[in-house]
Amino acid sequence: MTAEVLLQGLVGGLLMGLVYALIAAGLSLIFGLMEIVNFAHGEFLMVAMFSTFWAWAVVGLDPLAALPLTAAILFLLGIATYHGLIRWILGGPMLAQIFATFGLAVFLRSGAQALWGVDFRLVKDPLVQGRLELAGLFVGLPQLVASAGALAAFAALYWFITRTETGLALQATAQDRQAAALMGIDTQRMFALGWGIGAACVGVAGALLGMFFYVFPDVGSTFALLAYVAVALGGFGNVPATLLGGVVVGVVEVMGGLLISPTLKAVVVFAMYLAVVLWRPQGLFGRF
Amino acid sequence: MSLLEARGLTKRFGGVVANRDISFTVAPGELVGIIGPNGAGKSTLFDLITGFARPDAGEVLLDGRPVTHRRPDEISRLGVARTFQKLRPFAEMTALENVMIGAFQRTRDVDEARRAACEALEAVGLGDRAHAHARGLSTGQRKRLELARALATRPRLLLLDEVTGGVDQATIPGLVRLVRDLHARGLTLVVIEHNMRVIMDLAQRILALQLGELIADGPPAEIMRDHRVIDAYLGEAWRRA
Amino acid sequence: MARLPGLAAAALLAALLAFPLVVTLPFPRHVMIMIFLYATLAQAWNLLAGYCGQISLGHAVFFGTGAYTSSMLVKTLDLTPWAGMLAGAVLAAALSQVIGYPVFRLQGHYFAIATIAVGEIVYTLALNWDLIGAARGLYVPIKRPDSLSNFQFHESKQAYYYIALALLLLAVAVTRRVERSRTGFYFRAIREDALAAASLGVAVTRYKLRAMALSAALTALCGTFYAQYVLFIDPESVFPLSLSILICLVAVLGGVGTVWGPLVGAAVLVPLGEGTRILFGGTGKALDLVVYGALIMLVSVLQPAGLVGLARRLGRP
Repeated sequence: MTAEVLLQGLVGGLLMGLVYALIAAGLSLIFGLMEIVNFAHGEFLMVAMFSTFWAWAVVGLDPLAALPLTAAILFLLGIATYHGLIRWILGGPMLAQIFATFGLAVFLRSGAQALWGVDFRLVKDPLVQGRLELAGLFVGLPQLVASAGALAAFAALYWFITRTETGLALQATAQDRQAAALMGIDTQRMFALGWGIGAACVGVAGALLGMFFYVFPDVGSTFALLAYVAVALGGFGNVPATLLGGVVVGVVEVMGGLLISPTLKAVVVFAMYLAVVLWRPQGLFGRF
Repeated sequence: MSLLEARGLTKRFGGVVANRDISFTVAPGELVGIIGPNGAGKSTLFDLITGFARPDAGEVLLDGRPVTHRRPDEISRLGVARTFQKLRPFAEMTALENVMIGAFQRTRDVDEARRAACEALEAVGLGDRAHAHARGLSTGQRKRLELARALATRPRLLLLDEVTGGVDQATIPGLVRLVRDLHARGLTLVVIEHNMRVIMDLAQRILALQLGELIADGPPAEIMRDHRVIDAYLGEAWRRA
Repeated sequence: MARLPGLAAAALLAALLAFPLVVTLPFPRHVMIMIFLYATLAQAWNLLAGYCGQISLGHAVFFGTGAYTSSMLVKTLDLTPWAGMLAGAVLAAALSQVIGYPVFRLQGHYFAIATIAVGEIVYTLALNWDLIGAARGLYVPIKRPDSLSNFQFHESKQAYYYIALALLLLAVAVTRRVERSRTGFYFRAIREDALAAASLGVAVTRYKLRAMALSAALTALCGTFYAQYVLFIDPESVFPLSLSILICLVAVLGGVGTVWGPLVGAAVLVPLGEGTRILFGGTGKALDLVVYGALIMLVSVLQPAGLVGLARRLGRP
């Protein structure tokens, strides 16, 4: 295997990893806020990708132009999920929490299948297409734009959490919800906002992926599993660290595929996850 | 020979030293008190002795044999029982079932464990609450429950983390009497206690901790005269009390 | 429900024993067999998750281990599936220790996701392992005549029915026995607070491993049964994450940490699944799953203690 192929893989993994990171950031944000793993995260992504697809198919909107719309739709979906479902299981046992979002996942996935069937759909002729040659390396332009977009969204999220008053209130709630409530922060509103933003991250990622990735009801599960790994690598609830977690997952996935076998790349990613959590059960950058 | 011996125990959490080079012994039949302000490292010391934390340096010996790297359950089976500062009841189990978990250390038989657990519950005055769920008990009752649970293992050495903490004034004399009874029946005890009157009255010997270091070790009367202890802790606490 | 009087339990058992004598149509029998199978699986999972508090989302690993072990032994050594069943259970129990020893160091969500990861690894490996047929799957060689030693019954489902019922009774008996022993008390103590349990002398990891071994072995028995019942297995049918989730779902719906929960869960969920499949399925529209997903959400919101908990609450004014 030549160095070029490896380098090519490295770049591809890096680019995809940034998108994983954005998906994982939403998951991590929600977990950090209320210690709930959103098992419907992949299905949120699926909804985002379908919104992107239909915006193109019906109105003719390019995925990039539809991005704000997709993010807004997902934001609302997140808020609705919080108020319709999560709020009612906050004090419940962990099993109820797992199954609530799992039920939502089944509902959304099969709902999409009921509405639109199991066909693979793809946005044709998007604004950004083709590929770029850089020093002998080929980089798909949509992939490049997607990763840049993911990075920008990630930066915006980071800025929001660390620099705005609302973001700081969000962090305070994550750290100690009782203390936050005493300080006059409306924790219910923060939780809802967390779900909204967490889902909006996926909305952006879905729009970006919509430029070049097939859309089908089950599309979310692959991404979601990788996002869980990325979150666990970074440490649950540590949003900035998911950037690294996502990139590591992206690179390991591609490298595992190249060096071992493409069909076994999932094994490599999950084995890495196990190795890391067993070595540091709280993730690489976990908070305890 | 001493029942329990700590030799140079040191524990760091990140940059903070929770215990620094702590050495002391406890003879069979003694009732030793541990005092010190919040954050002095008292609970950490219990964790090191009972295997819940690993010391960065130093040794713990039981009957002269090192047990430093034993797991908590092994320490328990060696006859050392403990309670926790922050109570840890098995919330969804009844009081009786809680205590049975301790009693099972001595027997496999469920009926026998139930009998032993009933006795332990009676001993701490919780006999009438045997079938209540632990989550439904008051703080004072949970404290007793935890004590009963530890006693049911039939320990030789009992480490109590805050006997009276978080308990209303009316219950304190009962708990103190209970501890005194246990001691009178030959149990060796090490007791962490914030209430100065209680501990000065109860303990035969007192260890004073400050910022992770053992600053005094002696009988209560002597401790009360130790200027380091007075400066570090007693002065303020005494005035408050 | 908790103390279902002995008489009622006996009547229920008698009715279950008589069922195939009265109902000869294959479909109702099939539904009953599936109820028994899922009740047994959920009961096995319940031992680990409900009693011992370790929420595994990877139990399909053990189901598949049972299914593949016996099928491979039938295929290559022409061994009776009963021997294969035993071998599968032993292998699954051993595998559970290899998985459990490291993974039990993790807690809460970390543990649950680690079990998903293990499940996905095994699933992917099975998809690519040519010796066991990879993604193409494995046909269990057809044996004639129908006999208990062949563990194949082509004439009628009656024998399968009784074997599945026996499996369920075994799982219930094991659970009851565990529940009333020191081991069962220790399991519950670990679920409630592992640190406190350790302080009282409970060797936490050893008991978690014990729960996992029991649970894995029972699950593997079901895997062999499934392979002999369907006579075809592939990674998609015996190793997928969706099966792992379904197993817990049955238990959760019924109520975890009780003997009756898994039974009730299976008795409700399996006919519901079969029913919605007949009503809405077959169109490729997945409407049955839409209903199913909505139901799961409803149950987790309304009654996390499951149907058994609901019944208890209603029975106690």
